[in-house]
Amino acid sequence: MDTLTAARAQMEVSLAFHMVFAALGIGMPLLMVVAEGLWLRTGSEHYRHLARKWGKATALTFAVGAVSGTALSFELGLLWPRFMAFAGGIVGPAFALEGYAFFVEAVFVGLYLYGWDRLAPRAHWWAGIPVALSGMASGVLVVAANAWMQNPVGFRVVDGRPMDVSPFAPFQSPAWLQMSIHSTLSCYVATGFAVAGVYAVGMLRGRRDAYHRSALGIALAVATAAAVLQPLSGDLSARHVARHQPAKLAAAEALFRTRAGAPLLVGGIPDARAETVRWGIEIPRGLSLLVAHRPDAAVMGLDRFAPADRPNVTVAHLAFQVMVGCGFALIGLGGGYWLARRRGQAEGAWLLRALAAGSPLGFLALEAGWIVTEVGRQPWIVQGVMRTRDGVTPVAGVPATFFGFALLYLLLGVALALLLRRLATGAPEPAPLAVPAPHAGGRRVA
Amino acid sequence: MSPENAVAGVTLAAAVVYAVLAGADFGGGIWDLLARGPRREEQRAAVAHAMGPVWEANHVWLIFVIVLLFTAFPPAFAALGVALFVPFHLVLLGIILRGAAFVFRAYSPQGARPLLPGRPRPRWGVVFGAASALTPVLLGMCLGAVSSGGVRVRGGEVWIQGTPPWLTPVALVMGAFALAVCAYLAAVYLANETRGPLRDDFRCRALWAGTATVALSVLALPLLRVEAPHLWRGLLSARALPLLAVGVGAALLSGWALLARRFRLARVATVAQTACLLAGWGIAQFPYLVYPDVTVGSAAGPPGTLRFVLWTLPFGMALLLPSLWLLFRVFKGEHLTREE
Repeated sequence: MDTLTAARAQMEVSLAFHMVFAALGIGMPLLMVVAEGLWLRTGSEHYRHLARKWGKATALTFAVGAVSGTALSFELGLLWPRFMAFAGGIVGPAFALEGYAFFVEAVFVGLYLYGWDRLAPRAHWWAGIPVALSGMASGVLVVAANAWMQNPVGFRVVDGRPMDVSPFAPFQSPAWLQMSIHSTLSCYVATGFAVAGVYAVGMLRGRRDAYHRSALGIALAVATAAAVLQPLSGDLSARHVARHQPAKLAAAEALFRTRAGAPLLVGGIPDARAETVRWGIEIPRGLSLLVAHRPDAAVMGLDRFAPADRPNVTVAHLAFQVMVGCGFALIGLGGGYWLARRRGQAEGAWLLRALAAGSPLGFLALEAGWIVTEVGRQPWIVQGVMRTRDGVTPVAGVPATFFGFALLYLLLGVALALLLRRLATGAPEPAPLAVPAPHAGGRRVA
Repeated sequence: MSPENAVAGVTLAAAVVYAVLAGADFGGGIWDLLARGPRREEQRAAVAHAMGPVWEANHVWLIFVIVLLFTAFPPAFAALGVALFVPFHLVLLGIILRGAAFVFRAYSPQGARPLLPGRPRPRWGVVFGAASALTPVLLGMCLGAVSSGGVRVRGGEVWIQGTPPWLTPVALVMGAFALAVCAYLAAVYLANETRGPLRDDFRCRALWAGTATVALSVLALPLLRVEAPHLWRGLLSARALPLLAVGVGAALLSGWALLARRFRLARVATVAQTACLLAGWGIAQFPYLVYPDVTVGSAAGPPGTLRFVLWTLPFGMALLLPSLWLLFRVFKGEHLTREE
């Protein structure tokens, strides 16, 4: 395994792992705050139990997200020192602001999770609001750095070094707006459907109480609203990509030849060598309609790019199909739930089974969408400015650290999944305790 | 003051805050690992109780330091990523395992109730303790490596001169020193946050850790003179010496306060001691970020970016400091001490 492959693999493993927790860190606080708000408003205890249970899940996932995020900030320099030497001063402002957002999040996570008995109920609810807001803000700010890598602006290159750098460069990238909308919505979709699946399983096991019903309702309200908006933001993104990163669009759509009235390809397995797609279904003029809103608009294919400048079509196309497929399946699932609920049939076994089966699809879509973005940008680390192979570390030991980190994250993932499962299947606990208070007379902290 | 020097100062200040806050969290893990005697489980519970609400916020200071480093001094960050590839990965291993093990233990069912005597300790507890001890040693070694002179940089290329810089005698002593300081900070804080026999346990531990800190300083000084003469000269220079003198004074004061059971004074003095020593190192090291090839001036990033960092700092702090004040007020506030 050469250094570039290993470094990309380590970055992929680290990001894929962190992303799950980052998304939960954005989605869970919103669910938590909604549940606690409903408790304050209605006084129904089961809402409070829900908020506490979701708080515990948040505590576990936030901690893992924080430490795996730390790993990423180091890994930028450990794996891509040449990229960081070039771009650190340009994308830095996004990370600096994200630092403050993350600080606020960490402070209020502590206040919220350990403050149940220390703060008045209303103050406690208010402590949850900054968690939800700053979680979202951190995500949006980190995406600014990535948007700049997709669509770099705000600097000139002189002798291989960045000059005239605008401190607002990452915020000036035109990709930022649609990318941050798309990624923020995806966090709510992924978290909401994942949580809904857990309670659907509980109801299938016969626990059809107010606690489960409300959990399902809150999670699916957030998830469905986000899922329905997602195609609109996806449309914005696709049209932007068509203009600014045509190679990425061509790869995602497996469009080998530039043509007017390009069809939209559904499914299919691209063969990059033969430049054909097998077993795909073409919707005539679909792609032209989508990206240009005109049926006979020309769409640039991969033939406009030298072979060395093309992304991996197979990976980009398959990931894109997975993302879109999961996205529409979830819209159907969420819509189905609300329709059934209007008819008073929200507890049908088949609906619950579908919700349970759909539980991982949001995260699958999120990971797949990220693969489209990143693989579609290759071979560039900064689109059109720096190639990925020019950013990689000269250190020889990367394959070893890749395997080490892959193993570490695998073990942590399994351990965490087991813990969350135990947490999910446990009955609502009236007074959950993390650790016994150390000194007699001291107040207990949950 | 030039913007790059100002940002370097902010970075050093953030590192100092990280040391006095998160250092104690690592120290807590060390005392969890070394919990002994009849109150073993109470000691562990006190550590978990003290860390629980604050360790994540404390940890963010490290991320902040890293972000400032790569934003304001990109070539220095790149050079460190190459030169310290192995120790940085080990630091990450420690950070990930420490944080994950802490919450896994806190939220796993057996962690939720007191352990039966004679029962084996839960696995996550051992991981938490071991990772808490390993990480500050490695961070100390990385600081030592930066001063060792073994990391050479020319024209963006990085190479290592002689022994891996993080394994030089200076780096090893700094690693041990970091471990002792973390243990000392934690024991002093915990003596403040506990009562009765538990407090005596932590006082005793603080005295041991304090002695180790002093012993390591005595060992480090002649070593610095031989192995890192530039750092030695820097420490004795007019700009670092006063800080160092205050630090030594604070160290003596904190030791005396512990002996005299003036715990609150001991806490203040320990914070001052740690802050002065780390800040003293940073100022002695100035203008070098990585001795001898990378300076604050040569590694400074785009001027607009530096100004952005400085101009956003007051706004960030206006958001952050009241939040932190609230956090510590709620969980470490004096009203709790009075209640007991």
